[in-house]
Amino acid sequence: MDAFKTLTGTAIPFGQRNVDTDVIIPAEYLKSISRSGLGRGAFKTIRFNADGSENPEAIFNQPQYKGAPILIAGDNFGCGSSREHAAWALADLGVKAIIAPSYSDIFSGNAFKNGLLAVVLPQDAVDRLLEVATEAEITIDLENQVVTTPFQDRFSFEIDPFRKHCLMNGLDEIGITLQMGDNIAAYEATQKATKPWLSGKAGIERQG
Amino acid sequence: MSNPRTLYEKIWDDHVVERRDDGTCLIYIDRHIIHEVTTPQAFEGLRATGRKLRRPDMTLAVPDHNVPTTTRIKDGKLLPIDDPESATQVATLKANCAAFGVEHIEMTAPEQGIVHVVGPEQGFTLPGTTVVCGDSHTATHGAFGALAFGIGTSEVEHVFATQTLLLKQSKPMEVRVEGSLGFSVAPKDVALAIIGEIGAAGGTGFVIEYTGSTMRDMSIEGRMTVCNMAIEGGARSGLVAPDDKTLAYFMGRPRAPKGAEWEMAAAYWRTLPSDPGATYARSVFIDATKIAPLVTWGTSPEDVAPITGVVPSPADFAEPSKQAAVEKALAYMGLTPGQRLEDVEVQDIFIGSCTNSRIEDLRAAAAVLKGRKLASNIRQALVVPGSGLVKLMAEDEGLDRIFIEAGFEWREPGCSACLGMNPDKVPSGERCASTSNRNFVGRQGPGARTHLVSPAMAAAAAVTGRLTDVRQLIG
Ligand code: SF4
Repeated sequence: MDAFKTLTGTAIPFGQRNVDTDVIIPAEYLKSISRSGLGRGAFKTIRFNADGSENPEAIFNQPQYKGAPILIAGDNFGCGSSREHAAWALADLGVKAIIAPSYSDIFSGNAFKNGLLAVVLPQDAVDRLLEVATEAEITIDLENQVVTTPFQDRFSFEIDPFRKHCLMNGLDEIGITLQMGDNIAAYEATQKATKPWLSGKAGIERQG
Repeated sequence: MSNPRTLYEKIWDDHVVERRDDGTCLIYIDRHIIHEVTTPQAFEGLRATGRKLRRPDMTLAVPDHNVPTTTRIKDGKLLPIDDPESATQVATLKANCAAFGVEHIEMTAPEQGIVHVVGPEQGFTLPGTTVVCGDSHTATHGAFGALAFGIGTSEVEHVFATQTLLLKQSKPMEVRVEGSLGFSVAPKDVALAIIGEIGAAGGTGFVIEYTGSTMRDMSIEGRMTVCNMAIEGGARSGLVAPDDKTLAYFMGRPRAPKGAEWEMAAAYWRTLPSDPGATYARSVFIDATKIAPLVTWGTSPEDVAPITGVVPSPADFAEPSKQAAVEKALAYMGLTPGQRLEDVEVQDIFIGSCTNSRIEDLRAAAAVLKGRKLASNIRQALVVPGSGLVKLMAEDEGLDRIFIEAGFEWREPGCSACLGMNPDKVPSGERCASTSNRNFVGRQGPGARTHLVSPAMAAAAAVTGRLTDVRQLIG
């Protein structure tokens, strides 16, 4: 995973609230068995007309926002299904960070696990950034947890220290957890003694 | 004595493998249910890193999201899935399960069905367990007092490799529902009423425990419907404390404990309900006696109104962003403010999904349909049982005849038109009375307009061809 430190770039002033995962990536794209290439379906209902042609009005299709690394969204971004394809589609579209007042829990988890930074800022800060994004680039400094603009705006944000550590170092979460293999095995031993009904037929024995 | 704890806190504490300084916990996962859509990339990840699946015995696979619901076996032969991508996903699941030693319920097995119907039905889901699945309606299993939540594919891979997840504890929230439900008011109406009250993001960051006399009196199936929609209120999980009904439900299920282990398990399950004096970070009270049969009019499950009401106007909402959302929703739904909901014509009926596809749901719909026919303007009416076992039970009771005589199509189990990944879709511009859980833009197919209702209300709409107050049809 790529390490995320500081990002300066164009932000898409999208701003819609309650954008659900069906909007981010429609169900028809869930049929892939691989992670890449989903950007073509991202925001399909917004980017394309019913006949499949590109909707030039859509903000994502305006030349200055194509391939922009930052997306500014409204409240409750990524609500709806648990599909991780939403995060893969955004990443495939070129988005590296999102700024919104809130996210669904599942979406923010999925974003993080794919190296996407989901910045939470209050609505008034987001409103200001939506304005700025139409004329200038925005900077997200993860180390100092601050979003800045060329107009002296400065918005601090909170982030879970563990997530910050993983994002900044491009760490794989599974690898970190596997280092705690002994603790997991100890938990399983206790579980087997106190709640034997939880093991399936093969149980822990099979794992040796 | 330790501090009084809620049901959620007890389950959480019992699954902490390790607690970090920042409060993040490594949580052990007891039950992992998998399906064909959200797992291929996770298996791909295991292979790429050379990792093993830690507990195949705690993993159960069943294809459901994009299996066809039309006849699967003809002249003793399995019919191929028409859509090549769906066929690939279903075949990939089977191959991956064989490679990693996971039990896989075949598409043709009588036990096959929707993950959230199959898990409990098989006794795989159990009270006090942590249950995860790559589908956001995993909250359904909370009806049994299991801490159950949907996860994404990276988390599926994490559970595969470690049988754990790194999680931050949520805050416990109580939704107390008190009083008897009115005539023909269903658990689905309770679920919608709660979301209407707290909003689609009202439960974000919380785990909801549903308490109160209404929940205690509710059947297990009904509790599943309510917990199923916890996620539509923003909460990752919803829970109901296990009680005698819960224990009776699991007794004798294929994968439930037996004999001495059953006694041991049952004794543990009885310790789970929230202690007297346990506190919740937020409490909401719902008066069940005031709930009418409900229907959604917009594109968020919080856009809900009594069937006797009218389509609202954006001006009815205080917040400017909600006003804009309502305006868009009404345009998409093709509705005008002030229009009576009972005047809204529908063309499609869908009875199914993990919200409402269990035997009780089919009985409720059949009770309305008995001796009646589809209205002439209904283009498609589907009944999709939640599992093969539900289907068999319904056929034993003769419910299939009632549906078929009314003009419904009696299908094979799966997710079907809940999300339209298989050929069961609602065509663009058509309007569907649906017992599923999401009325999002394009959820049932591009341009489809969804009205969420209870099974009895869906049946009533099928008979009249418009959204209808079921209480006027039966009584
Ligand atoms: S029926 Fe719908 S909500 Fe339930 S598991 Fe299937 S797709 Fe998900």
